[in-house]
Amino acid sequence: MAVMKRSLSLRSRLAVVGLRLVNALSRLLGRGQGTVAGGRVGLRIDPSLLRHLAQDREVIVVSGTNGKTTTSAMLAAAWASPVAHNTTGANMMAGHVAALASNSAPRVVLETDEAWLDVVVAQVRPAVVVLLNLSRDQLDRATEVRALAQRWRDMVALSPDVTFVANASDPLVCFATELAAKVLYVAVPSAWHEDASACPKCAQPLTFAQRWSCSCGFAQPVAYSSVDQSGNIVVGDVAVPVETTLPGLFNRVNAAFAIVALQRVGEDQARVASRLSAVSVVQGRYGVRRWRERTLRLLLAKNPAGVAALLADLDSSGEIWVAINAQIADGRDPSWLYDAPFEWLAGRTVHCLGERRLDLATRLAIDGVDHRVIDDEETLATGSDTVTLIANYTTFQHWLAVSTPC
Amino acid sequence: MLTIGLLLPELLGTYGDSGNARVLAHRVRARSLPAEIVVMKVGESLPEADVYVLGGGEDGPQRLACDLLRASDLVRRVNDGAHLFAVCAGLQIIGTSFAVAGSDNFEGLGLIDAVTQRGQVRSVGDLALSVGDAVLVGFENHGGVTTLGEGVRPLGAVCRGRGNDGESDGVRTQHIWATYAHGPALAMNPWLADEILSAALGRELDPYVSVADRLHLARRQALGL
Repeated sequence: MAVMKRSLSLRSRLAVVGLRLVNALSRLLGRGQGTVAGGRVGLRIDPSLLRHLAQDREVIVVSGTNGKTTTSAMLAAAWASPVAHNTTGANMMAGHVAALASNSAPRVVLETDEAWLDVVVAQVRPAVVVLLNLSRDQLDRATEVRALAQRWRDMVALSPDVTFVANASDPLVCFATELAAKVLYVAVPSAWHEDASACPKCAQPLTFAQRWSCSCGFAQPVAYSSVDQSGNIVVGDVAVPVETTLPGLFNRVNAAFAIVALQRVGEDQARVASRLSAVSVVQGRYGVRRWRERTLRLLLAKNPAGVAALLADLDSSGEIWVAINAQIADGRDPSWLYDAPFEWLAGRTVHCLGERRLDLATRLAIDGVDHRVIDDEETLATGSDTVTLIANYTTFQHWLAVSTPC
Repeated sequence: MLTIGLLLPELLGTYGDSGNARVLAHRVRARSLPAEIVVMKVGESLPEADVYVLGGGEDGPQRLACDLLRASDLVRRVNDGAHLFAVCAGLQIIGTSFAVAGSDNFEGLGLIDAVTQRGQVRSVGDLALSVGDAVLVGFENHGGVTTLGEGVRPLGAVCRGRGNDGESDGVRTQHIWATYAHGPALAMNPWLADEILSAALGRELDPYVSVADRLHLARRQALGL
């Protein structure tokens, strides 16, 4: 167990004791990974616990709709150790205090839910905040995306000491960081503009060419770093050679954000690049797994932009399974299936799994994509083809639990 | 040829709403009849169509969409007999006025005598209505309370969720179907898609069985209806 910081007040110490006790108990009882429950108790005892635990530590906060877990893992792996990091996907305050209470490392990476970002930034006073992107995700419970961008913008205006590393190609992110005192922009290739076709400032249509712009004058800012269509990363006019083990162009983009953020806190670029190549599996994602007689490549996608990124990089051989739930953690409304470009799967056969497999099958049917509705997943237990399994949040957790690493 | 006009999807398409146009086209083609989707983007004039489809959107885009449509031929065309299916913000836009960021009574298109005000709470969750013998299942996410004028008929009576006001949902005229069930409501309710298509084509449609029928049943069962 980590040593408690001497600078903590009695109240904070008490909160940490309570937090650890609850988490030890919940692990003992086998109830989850024991972070959120304890974190809640800690915050109940000391509502300012996160601020107290983050004091005198160098913090990088990562937020955005897609890529925050992977980018956080990259940052934690490539920053000089030791690093405290909320690794269990618990990305709201309760998860943050649990991570900080169990590890007193001087450097901290906090993956942060988009809707909690303003609260968390105000509490931890980070050195760097990475803003990856902002698109529709679980709109039944999250604030609609433009309202969220406005909250980010307010947070940025209140944070003159923070350096923001922000996505220049995402108009909603740029709207948030427009007034930032310190910001480094990363320009990235992206095909999905559905949430940003109207200008965040004046609601007139945006024009997307090499750069995006609006007739009101709001336009893509000059980038400090960029990633091209081939995944080449440039930082400050210098090409940075990085080997990433994780697949996909979007992971090259995540790597670029990590490199710029770590450079900002004084890390050596070459050392960062070599450490980044060691990141191969992030919370079970991207890993090759066994289930019954099958070999599965398990991929998480929980919103249209995430699906688009995965489908653009899909293996051309093997079976495709897509598993969709609409539980609270997934967002209870699966309407987003119609914003995801599943029509790109025309010519393949999609096995539809999960509690909302009929919603998925109906979605595929209207675009003439061949599909099979799988009411009993055991019928898929045998077969020799490798499987690419795209799952949203709770179906991903299910398949992670029933499969084993290869 | 049945022409489906998808209106301003970049402004009104928050929840996969363009799926409704694709469902309509798919179900026409499934009957071996030709169908096409024409899209009106910002800055373009209203295309001719047999059925227009309006989706949902956030406040800023909703205001702009309403201004653009008010300046277009949409009202005249619908009054001349074109059909219209509208969801969520689309439902509010076709009314007399609606509450939106910056205005409590923003002028709507006035196709329907209906006023939308801000509700006490946002309504987020499953929405189900009885529409004659049929059931419409869907999902709503809005903060509006819509009051229909004297003699204006709602689409159906609410069984789950809030709809217009907790009692009824949407609007139904000879040529207009509107509901708070946002997103691809027609994907989940193939009977309603066919009702609109029959009206627009002026003929009965051959039966067409698809996985959408299973989806509709499954959602009804999930809601105990």
